[in-house]
Amino acid sequence: MFSYYVRLALASIRRTPVMSALMVLALGLGIGAFMTTFTVYYLMSGDPIPHKSDVLFAVQLDNWDPNDDPTESAKDVNPQLTYRDGTYLMNADTPATRQVHMYGTGAVLVPENEESPSEERIRATWNTFFEMFDVPFIYGQAWSRLDDEDRASVVVIGRELNETLFNGENSVGRSIQLNDGFFQVVGVIDHWQPVPRFYHADGTSRALADTEQIYAPMNRAIELEWTPWGNTNCWKSPDEDLPPLEGFLQSECVWTQFWAELETPHQVADYKDFLDNYVREQKEIGRFERPLNNFISDVMEWMEVNEIVRNDNRVLVRLSFLFLLVCVLNTVGLLMAKFMGKGGEVALRRAMGASRRAVFQQNLVEVGLIGVLGGIAGTGLAWLGLRAVESMYQGYQHLVHLDPVMLATAIITAILFAVLAGMYPVWRVSRLAPASLLKTQ
Amino acid sequence: MLKMSQVSKVYRTELVETHALRELDLHVEEGEFVAITGPSGSGKTTFLNIAGLLEAPSSGVYLLDGEDVSALNDKRRSRIRNQKVGFIFQSFNLIPDLNLADNVDVPLRYRDWSGVKRRRAIGDMLDMVGLGSRQNYLPSQLSGGQQQRVAIARALAGKPRFLLADEPTGNLDSEMAASVMDLLRTINDEGTTIVMVTHDPDLARQAHRNIHILDGRGSDITLSSAPNVMPLEAVRV
Repeated sequence: MFSYYVRLALASIRRTPVMSALMVLALGLGIGAFMTTFTVYYLMSGDPIPHKSDVLFAVQLDNWDPNDDPTESAKDVNPQLTYRDGTYLMNADTPATRQVHMYGTGAVLVPENEESPSEERIRATWNTFFEMFDVPFIYGQAWSRLDDEDRASVVVIGRELNETLFNGENSVGRSIQLNDGFFQVVGVIDHWQPVPRFYHADGTSRALADTEQIYAPMNRAIELEWTPWGNTNCWKSPDEDLPPLEGFLQSECVWTQFWAELETPHQVADYKDFLDNYVREQKEIGRFERPLNNFISDVMEWMEVNEIVRNDNRVLVRLSFLFLLVCVLNTVGLLMAKFMGKGGEVALRRAMGASRRAVFQQNLVEVGLIGVLGGIAGTGLAWLGLRAVESMYQGYQHLVHLDPVMLATAIITAILFAVLAGMYPVWRVSRLAPASLLKTQ
Repeated sequence: MLKMSQVSKVYRTELVETHALRELDLHVEEGEFVAITGPSGSGKTTFLNIAGLLEAPSSGVYLLDGEDVSALNDKRRSRIRNQKVGFIFQSFNLIPDLNLADNVDVPLRYRDWSGVKRRRAIGDMLDMVGLGSRQNYLPSQLSGGQQQRVAIARALAGKPRFLLADEPTGNLDSEMAASVMDLLRTINDEGTTIVMVTHDPDLARQAHRNIHILDGRGSDITLSSAPNVMPLEAVRV
């Protein structure tokens, strides 16, 4: 019977093409607007590393100006660390299972072929980065701790860069030129794009940026004086008695990111104590003049601290939901008009033996079909909406795809709302008295 | 087969109470061809709606094949309507965007028949009304008389116990009307009971029995049980 109802629904839709198109469009617009905002919200509020997000902790130490406003929460503390604090922690015997220190930088990549050199973003980090964040390798592996300590000229590159430079072949052992130096490729990672890009997420655009295609040892990057490409914030000038680089590295400027892997609550508490003790020691030499405000935040807390999902996103989702409801109400009106116009056929079917329930089911299938079409239209409009978001805002390129979950959500939402919209008209039409309508045919 | 005892139907609004039928007593035997006559507003259509289980009587008893069907629920009424009643309407009531086969298929869809059985019944019925070769035509491609033949095929496809025909020739010219009446008589001769509402005394005369309804009350005005013998003046329309 279901296939018969689908056939009848298709015939009915063909019979009133303009009205059907208006209903599909109304639903499609509502679904499209809602799915656009909801997709952005869903991807931005998603867990970028679900299997480890509760054991990875971003570290904040409040080394700021003592005369600045008091700190009330992690949101008030700069999300980055000084180089000297990060370096100390990286080399200290802390309670953490693993730690990683890093910063974003860049260099000129000079291809072997005749293509033009290009500036490439580089993540200067430690070998622990890859294991901590479960970065997938297709060739080779991360460099070793010894490479970090020896400031080795090695790199891990991304799949896309490997495609460009080496046609996707195993490039382990080959070299790439960055600025004037050559770096040996020790590993190639697969496509890896956590959304949001949690490990360097101070600000929405950075949180939504592409992952880097080149990873190099941080010590080597510092040695080569690769300057940070991200935010650098200072509350007092570097020591001018020192050489410029050394002055910058020893300054109170914050520009590095620091993460610790802590697997048990006990480890978390111990690590926090370790940080507090470190800061107390630093206070003795005149640093950290503010009260103890050290914070560690797991990945999802870190997203909150950095306000990756901003309040205006939430407001937009709510507004677009209201718009969807308005579209649904319009659809209710159109469905009422359409179904009341079907009174004659309904009366005939009732006379031929269709029960109210059968009439209800038949028309509900039609409403469901309109919902499916509305869902498809809505998915298309959501795709266009996401394209528009992409073109308007930098860094949103990872949000322009509708993953299968969102695609299914769009279609199911459309069907649900269509059925919701159609419930009353369908119920009304199933309750029509056939006798009077048959006479007026 | 069909027996109504003291059947009344009252339509009530906030302001008005309309008695469409008043204590109607009526019976139809198996194989009969009964014509229901009466002026407009006399209650003919209300009788037809109650007889076809499209409406329930306000009071009284309606027995169909010995079963009291006066106060059944919608599901049961729909099932009986589907299995025992065939409707023929003045304006044919074919669904315009379904072809002839699909139109005849409408009542069969509400039965648990297999596709093969349905298709055979559709073919047989359309053959019977002389339109077997036009199964894929749309109603708009047929004349009025042909459309009414399709409606008759549809009414008969499920092999109902009786046909309820509401002015079946009302929208046809005399030639087509005669053709449709010939078909109805043939169907009746083959054993199908027919109850026909009509204004036309000539048509009423072709029935076995005439029941005249006036102000919601019915009276059998048949002078003979044989067809074609009713005097024209006996039919007060």
